[in-house]
Amino acid sequence: MMNLSNNGKGSISTVTSTATTMKSGEGSDQFPAGLRVLVVDDDPTCLMILEKMLRTCLYEVTKCNRAETALSLLRENKNGFDIVISDVHMPDMDGFKLLEHIGLEMDLPVIMMSADDGKSVVMKGVTHGACDYLIKPVRIEALKNIWQHVVRKKKNEWKDTEQSGSADEGDRHPKASDDADYSSSANEGNWRNSRKRRDDEEEGDDRDDSSTLKKPRVVWSVELHQQFVDAVDQLGIDKAVPKKILELMNVPGLTRENVASHLQKYRLYLRRLSGVSQHQNNSFLSPQEASFGTISSMNGLDLQTLAAAGQLPAQSLATLQAAGLGRSTVKSGLPMPLMDQRNLFSFENPRLRFGEGQQQLLNGSNNKPTNLLHGVPTNMEPKQLANLHQSAAQSLGNMNMRVPASATQGNPLLMQMAQSQPRGPMLSENTGSHVPRLPNLLGQSTVSNGISDGLMGRNNMASSSRAPSFNPVPQSSSFLNFPMNQSTEMSVSNFPLGSTPGISSITTKGSFQAEVNSGIKGSAGFPSYDIFNELNHQKSRDWGMTNQGLMYDSSSHANPLHGNIDVSPSVLVHQGFSSAQQTGHSRDASLLGKSPFSLGEGLEQGNLQNGGGQHFNPLYVENLTRVKAERVPDASSHTDLFPDHFGQDDLMSALLKQQEGIGQGENEFDFDGYSLDNIPV
Amino acid sequence: MYSVAQLVEYTSSLFQQGFLDDQFNQLQLLQDESNPNFVVEVVTLFFEDAEKLLNQLEKEIGQENNIDFKRVDALVHQLKGSSSSIGAQRVQRVCIAFKNYCEEKNVEGCFKSLQDIKQEYTLVKTKFETLFKMEQQIFAAGGSAPR
Repeated sequence: MMNLSNNGKGSISTVTSTATTMKSGEGSDQFPAGLRVLVVDDDPTCLMILEKMLRTCLYEVTKCNRAETALSLLRENKNGFDIVISDVHMPDMDGFKLLEHIGLEMDLPVIMMSADDGKSVVMKGVTHGACDYLIKPVRIEALKNIWQHVVRKKKNEWKDTEQSGSADEGDRHPKASDDADYSSSANEGNWRNSRKRRDDEEEGDDRDDSSTLKKPRVVWSVELHQQFVDAVDQLGIDKAVPKKILELMNVPGLTRENVASHLQKYRLYLRRLSGVSQHQNNSFLSPQEASFGTISSMNGLDLQTLAAAGQLPAQSLATLQAAGLGRSTVKSGLPMPLMDQRNLFSFENPRLRFGEGQQQLLNGSNNKPTNLLHGVPTNMEPKQLANLHQSAAQSLGNMNMRVPASATQGNPLLMQMAQSQPRGPMLSENTGSHVPRLPNLLGQSTVSNGISDGLMGRNNMASSSRAPSFNPVPQSSSFLNFPMNQSTEMSVSNFPLGSTPGISSITTKGSFQAEVNSGIKGSAGFPSYDIFNELNHQKSRDWGMTNQGLMYDSSSHANPLHGNIDVSPSVLVHQGFSSAQQTGHSRDASLLGKSPFSLGEGLEQGNLQNGGGQHFNPLYVENLTRVKAERVPDASSHTDLFPDHFGQDDLMSALLKQQEGIGQGENEFDFDGYSLDNIPV
Repeated sequence: MYSVAQLVEYTSSLFQQGFLDDQFNQLQLLQDESNPNFVVEVVTLFFEDAEKLLNQLEKEIGQENNIDFKRVDALVHQLKGSSSSIGAQRVQRVCIAFKNYCEEKNVEGCFKSLQDIKQEYTLVKTKFETLFKMEQQIFAAGGSAPR
């Protein structure tokens, strides 16, 4: 039953509209503003930029540069965050491992990000349960919509609750038919509701499966998880159904649904691990781990086959699987039979018999232990389990990449993985030239990656000639575009960046929990968007579009400045979508664009829509001019710089007019030698 | 004393020459009155970080025939990520080439890439410094009135 008239909050509106109307008042009405984001990245530059971007999106941001720190933070503030964004490559812990931890312990949505856009890495994100994968450099547009993952997850959990009465055997993941009818208001309501409940009640009390409202999130502590695993063990993985597990665990307040969803994750883990284990290198195992499991307790004929094949140390498999959970002292391995696992592991070619596949893999692989964990310490430190897990995760990546081509006839996905070079799991950077055209996992960026990787790989970029070195511009743009493509269409109206009243209401943040706070600057800074606000108001409230509107193709100048860099005009693909909307703005922009340039030729191409990609943003100039408005008269003393097309005053006035977003500015420009005709409007 | 127009022109030239790409625009957009020096701060952070990475790279590549390609790749990957985040396009591209060489375990390629990367880094650093200097002069000349 869907309980849409949920929690007594008066205002029901779609998520979209609430997002755009920043009513002052209750915090939750301003969703997704105030979304509590934890961002983890060891690169300080990226971290700073991300933080700023997220703040600009009106999220509450906490940043940390180490995965361990992030985990502690999350553990200490069990309900303190809504979503986590994590880099893939981090020195102290693999991002995927962090991802799994979070999934198991806190069940938060996690977004992975990396400069690495190789398919296998992205795939890894998928298999490890990331709800999204962003390619660096991340643009703000990509971040604007991350709230959807929070909502989506809540929605799924809600359905989980719904299923409680009906499902007894097994834990089929709830996909109720109600699903389709879910309105976004329900989502939002649920989000609010769950937050409200968390705020009001503490964890640990009533976790009824009253099918009414949201269930509070259960935190699976180490002990709790251990109890869970014990119960599963006792029942046997096949027979471990949530109801029985629940009974065995005998934890007050725990619901069947909690167990069910946890069980599902657990099974995913096991699947992954068993898939990995054949690759696993013993060197990761310490003597202690060996005590964990015996093969006899393992279900699965195939496992024994594998073990017998001599390639797989039986104990290591068990241990891995046990240890893969991250912390438990599981006594016995308890994977599902490999057959099942294989079937469930959807990425595999069904025809690929696990056994033979493994044989081939094992035979064919040059499995050096160090390969698996490049950049990551492989010593068995106190975090042995952590390492194991990590290496398990890594090996999975390896395995995926090494599936021999012969075994992958039917499966294009696998084929790609097979053909990507068997490097370490992280090195999937340049698969372009080797991997056949994928079903477009990555949208357009994949294609251009394929092209330009080849180019770029072979080019010395340093030259400034009009060499092919700039042809890859599409590729780098597509890097940039990738996150944009995901979010562009949605981003247009969803973001009330400009609205000051809304912003000031954020400052109260009444209903949001205060965070462990790495300096959330509060909203002090927000109200002062000033020029950008205005601009954004005039244009659409889409950052990217603002940019584009003001971009122009300066490469069309016959470059008195320097040698001819031929920046490809097709670069900013993402401009295309907004071209219709840009019409009104392009005029302004084109004029503005012209003004700073002392070059005689106007923008013949005009080309705002197809503008060469990387152009300096007149907004930047405006930023300067805004501050320096009163300097304008003085600046005129520098007119000598410009051949006499126009004076400094004209420039200033042009910029200022642009700043005011006045379209009619064009009438007042008096450019000698410019012809406006050429500007596509 | 620089003029705004000069600054504008200079900035544009950096884009044209590929020193900067659109990501740099993103940074500029993030700068506002609450963070009036955001761009400078981020880029400075990048310099610090990059220099550390370059030093480590030197060390690793200096092993000559014993290069730990994985390690080098990890370092370059980091540099790639941070350079791309601030829009230092040329640096980013050399990183990509560098990573390819690592993958191929091409020692000579790595040597060359290291040189390239150092060169590009130095170049872009100089460009940024000039840019910031111009900016600073322009602002300083007029005081810092907000509007």
